[in-house]
Amino acid sequence: MAYDKFSVLTSSAVPMPIENVDTDQIIPARFLKATERKGFGDNLFRDWRFNADNTPKRDFVLNNPIYTGKILVGGRNFGSGSSREHAAWAIYDYGFRCVVSSFFADIFKNNSLNIGILPVQVSEAFLDKIFRAIEADPATQLEVNLPAQTITIKTTGDHESFEINTYKKHNLTNGFDDIDYLQAMKSEIKEFAGKSIY
Amino acid sequence: MSKSGATLFDKVWDSHVVRKIADGPDVLFIDRHFIHEVTSPVAFLGLEGRHLSVLFPEKTFATADHNTPTINQHLPVQDPLSANQLKALEVNAAKYGISHWGLGNPKNGIVHVVGPENGITLPGMTIVCGDSHTSTHGAFGAIAFGIGTSEVEMVLSSQCIMQPKPKKMRINVDGKLGRGITPKDVVLYIISKLTAAGATGYFVEFAGEVFEKMSMEGRMTVCNMSIEMGARGGMIAPDETTFSYIKGREKAPKGAEWDKKLAYWKTLPTEQGATFDKEYHFSGADIEPMITYGTNPGMGIGITQHIPLAAGAGGSKSSYEKSLGYMGFHENDAMLGKKVDYVFVGSCTNGRIEDFRAFASIVKDRHVAPGVTAWIVPGSHIVEQQIKDEGILDILVAAGFQLRQPGCSACLAMNDDKIPAGKYAVSTSNRNFEGRQGPGARTLLASPLVAAAAAVTGVVTDPRTLLAE
Ligand code: SF4
Repeated sequence: MAYDKFSVLTSSAVPMPIENVDTDQIIPARFLKATERKGFGDNLFRDWRFNADNTPKRDFVLNNPIYTGKILVGGRNFGSGSSREHAAWAIYDYGFRCVVSSFFADIFKNNSLNIGILPVQVSEAFLDKIFRAIEADPATQLEVNLPAQTITIKTTGDHESFEINTYKKHNLTNGFDDIDYLQAMKSEIKEFAGKSIY
Repeated sequence: MSKSGATLFDKVWDSHVVRKIADGPDVLFIDRHFIHEVTSPVAFLGLEGRHLSVLFPEKTFATADHNTPTINQHLPVQDPLSANQLKALEVNAAKYGISHWGLGNPKNGIVHVVGPENGITLPGMTIVCGDSHTSTHGAFGAIAFGIGTSEVEMVLSSQCIMQPKPKKMRINVDGKLGRGITPKDVVLYIISKLTAAGATGYFVEFAGEVFEKMSMEGRMTVCNMSIEMGARGGMIAPDETTFSYIKGREKAPKGAEWDKKLAYWKTLPTEQGATFDKEYHFSGADIEPMITYGTNPGMGIGITQHIPLAAGAGGSKSSYEKSLGYMGFHENDAMLGKKVDYVFVGSCTNGRIEDFRAFASIVKDRHVAPGVTAWIVPGSHIVEQQIKDEGILDILVAAGFQLRQPGCSACLAMNDDKIPAGKYAVSTSNRNFEGRQGPGARTLLASPLVAAAAAVTGVVTDPRTLLAE
């Protein structure tokens, strides 16, 4: 599925200083029953966001109108657990294009990159600076610059660089995905398959 | 063909690289692809959208498991959304010529149980599935890991995925396990030491005497949970235990083909002098029956221990307090004696015949405790049949238990098997995340022996006190 190209994103951010946010929290299993990729944003963080009677939980950050923006900032080990890509879909569908944390679970990172969300891994100290900046001013703008591979807290000027491999960077900046790449090397794959013993 | 000092992981990975991309991922060829009803429909839609077909349909196997009911499987599935997904799997499998073991098929069951038991999973293979516990198949010396739906679409259309090669970790457990200590305890112990993110970025090899002596089913339990320490997957070198498990299974190689593969499989184990990016050593004698007290699988302790203080638990204090608050527990509480409302035995972690034998060894001649609801769910129809054939069903029934029909069930509660909010469940599954077994459910992960001890006493109990001498 094609996604929007990613270059420089400047936005306020939603802070979620919780560690080990797992994909069962991002999208509970009972919302995985769709056969189409539609409407997952409505159930993003469902059980943290809503009470059993579907009224919003006042103290959850997504229900607090002072926090908005296209960047989600999470605690250490974000996205652990299930391989469900639905978690990344829900984050994308809700309107986030970038997730910042000091550590990501592997599958979540892959899934995000595959659908056009940029996972930005920063140091523990920088993550802390972001949380403090947003606490001081919820409208704090972050600039995520993919070509330069930097993230900057606009109000303080603090910045850090982040890693991404050249291949994935190229894909994200151009809106390409792995399927496009693999289709272009089909004859090489078929030849390889011919030699496989399984 | 083996390089000196090469690891099992290197040998399997390197022999599957179709192309290396400079400062990018490897294009990895996939030998076996398992699909199920939940993570495949959007991948098939994607194929349609791009006018692509399935490149090698004979390398993909479909089974329905995640949201199938565990009672009255002969009746139409009640939940329209679940029914819709099951139908989509059936239609897509038929359309593209993929073998499909749907509800009612005698081979149906949880994807990670049916792959090995039918001889589809073999040493030296690369195996993927849109389910993180695909790591289970690593027990055979295969590279097996979970993928997302975009990757399912990649494998369907090109039989490849694109992954950077993970780093390598070896976890050695030497010595002997005490009485009543099961593979589940071994892996929960390791995760408690490494934490839920301790192996992120790594592929793990489990080695040492404890794994060498372990049955295939036990090895599957261990590799199954490698994802719960953040690892991409886990694997164990194939040996005689592996070969005798595979031999004769329906889809296993036969005759001359067997001899050829066997000779190859014997070249796979890690060589002397191989180096790993990280290595751990544990002693089997230190391991107690384990149980978790928090909301990630790293929050586990020996069953006779007390819940650690926040200061000693690692991670942030607020996350720790949130976790204990959800569980309704406090620092320094003893786990023994805590009330249990539900017991779930099943899942791809502990839903194989040995697990039900273990459970039965304790409930035999005892009775389910008042107030305990137990869901006993085999991992497949073949396991269900073994339970009946071995007389385990009679033991269960005499003790007041019922056997349900195979599927993922309360492991992720996508069907009707949901633990009610606030209730405590001792579960042999793999995740104790908030709400994993139903909104508000509180999960204590443990072995089938600990589950049995809880089922007959109604509280957390050390199974060693109930084991026959
Ligand atoms: S039993 Fe649980 S972990 Fe295993 S495949 Fe089913 S849902 Fe996934």
